[in-house]
Amino acid sequence: MKKRFKDQYTADLSQRIIDAEIQPDEGILHSILSMFRANKAALLGLILILLILLMSVFAPVIARYDPNALDLTSMRKAPSWEHWFGTDDMGRDVFARVVYGSRTSLMIGFVPSLISLVLGTVLGLMAGYLGKVADELIMRLADVVLAFPSLLLAMVVMYTLGASLLNMFIALSIINWAGTARVVRAQTLSLKEKEFMEAARSMGVSRFKIVFRHILPNCLPNLIVLFTLDIPGAIMWESSMSFLGVGDPNAASWGLMVSQGKGYAYMCPWLILAPGIAILITVMAFNFLGDGLRDAIDPYMKT
Amino acid sequence: MTELLRAERLVKEFPVKGGVVHAVSDVSFAVQKGETLGLVGESGCGKSTLGKLVLDLIPPTSGKVYFNGQDLSQFKGEKLRTLRRGMQMIFQDPYASLDPRMSVGRIIMEPLNAHHIGDSRAERKAMVQALMEQVGLRPEFYARYPHQFSGGQRQRIGIARALALNPELVICDEPVSALDVSIQAQILNLLSDLQKQRSLTYLFISHDLNVVRYLSDRVMVMFLGQLCEMAPTEALYTAPRHPYTRFLLEAVPQPDPTRRDEERALLTGEVSSPVNPPSGCQFRLRCPYADAACAAEHPALNEVAPGHFCACHHPLTGT
Repeated sequence: MKKRFKDQYTADLSQRIIDAEIQPDEGILHSILSMFRANKAALLGLILILLILLMSVFAPVIARYDPNALDLTSMRKAPSWEHWFGTDDMGRDVFARVVYGSRTSLMIGFVPSLISLVLGTVLGLMAGYLGKVADELIMRLADVVLAFPSLLLAMVVMYTLGASLLNMFIALSIINWAGTARVVRAQTLSLKEKEFMEAARSMGVSRFKIVFRHILPNCLPNLIVLFTLDIPGAIMWESSMSFLGVGDPNAASWGLMVSQGKGYAYMCPWLILAPGIAILITVMAFNFLGDGLRDAIDPYMKT
Repeated sequence: MTELLRAERLVKEFPVKGGVVHAVSDVSFAVQKGETLGLVGESGCGKSTLGKLVLDLIPPTSGKVYFNGQDLSQFKGEKLRTLRRGMQMIFQDPYASLDPRMSVGRIIMEPLNAHHIGDSRAERKAMVQALMEQVGLRPEFYARYPHQFSGGQRQRIGIARALALNPELVICDEPVSALDVSIQAQILNLLSDLQKQRSLTYLFISHDLNVVRYLSDRVMVMFLGQLCEMAPTEALYTAPRHPYTRFLLEAVPQPDPTRRDEERALLTGEVSSPVNPPSGCQFRLRCPYADAACAAEHPALNEVAPGHFCACHHPLTGT
């Protein structure tokens, strides 16, 4: 009986080296590239972001005026060939200020998002992987942060620490890390149950390596999406806070410009329109890109 | 033959709402060097849990595992890691058991890295490519990712990974049940070839009686967390002593159409809950031979013929 059974199996056996076709290389980069081909909004977002980046890098070349040069002979001038976006109440060129303001706004977008990304990832990994006490401590802390109205929390931080760019970074990082930590924790918990985690443990791979070789790389695509969506959030928060008067009064950011121009909103609408539209375009560009990336990465994650 | 692995009175209970799941209850067995010990049972009977207990992937509620005569529970940290090098596992799901973000080369190299085997990256790469060739994968696929491979190819990757540390014992947890039948045959033959080349010892877990019969020297049958029969393969398949084993064998589909109309005794009823197992014999609620003795006392695993163990108050007579 055993013999017959064996023959039945060996008859099926093909050659030892399996030549079967393997699927073409369709990595995550490929799916992102094809996303840009299909999703014009994301492509537009990417192009706009690149343009804004170029603008901030080459600000001195693009703007003909010094953004802080006062010219009391030409105050609140309407847009003209001389001053494309007009001048403000101290005679400063609004176009130059918008161009230079992109530096502040991009920095406000990137730095706190990066800080909260790192902080949220580390805490989320710890909560998800260690569990128990670490999980309780970190997640309850996150709950506290999320339970506060974010703007209020950030304003309290700014009031307490004082208005400066550094404190703005701290305030925005404090309100943003909790969301990232939650996402990373959730993903860590689901990854922990995967068979390849068990495989790694059975091979004697250390816990540290399991976290950094298996869990983190598998969270990375989502973190990229989260990061691109955090940036416009931070720019919006900064604008709101500057508008409400708790921003850094020395940093020429778009939010601050809107705030300073609000008194002349009817008389000189260009004072708030120019920086306002700059905020709108930047935030929209990052949102388009972030949404596109999420669409491209999500189906890839499911397979 | 020397004993490679011994499990002594292993118990694993999982607390759940409203009670405890008795996944593995008082299981003892030994695996000899070089043999293949099959472990069969229906879904949820605790076979996979038993495999993980043996590897110390999950801690037992009680009981001990001896590997090469050493009690695993006495070791911790680095020493346990070194000891466990001798035991590796091949997993059931070739899709879930490989990290989708790692290239095949890195997947197979991971155990080498973890144990600092090989002096240089180049040397490890050469070892990985040799392993790939041994399991029937082209070494050129080194930099490819798991999602580019078919199920059978992925299972070969998993096998190469398990063999990277040159283990003595390989626990195969349903290694072919996720594969097509034709691919199953290839993988089974690969496992059998590798066993000869590397003098491996297998603990082969499956719910497929044919697959287990093909590879195993001895077979254990598990029901609701307990062993009900353990015997050399031919004896178990031709002359089962435990009623449950007989019902299992009867349930195997008959490929010969001329024998299709033969009378077959099939089991009725539902599997008892592992949360509230019946008193005495676990199988008694579905067993046609059950009587008062079965309810009163749990039958011990007795030797009914040389090398043939059966846990039943009313074992069937050998035919």
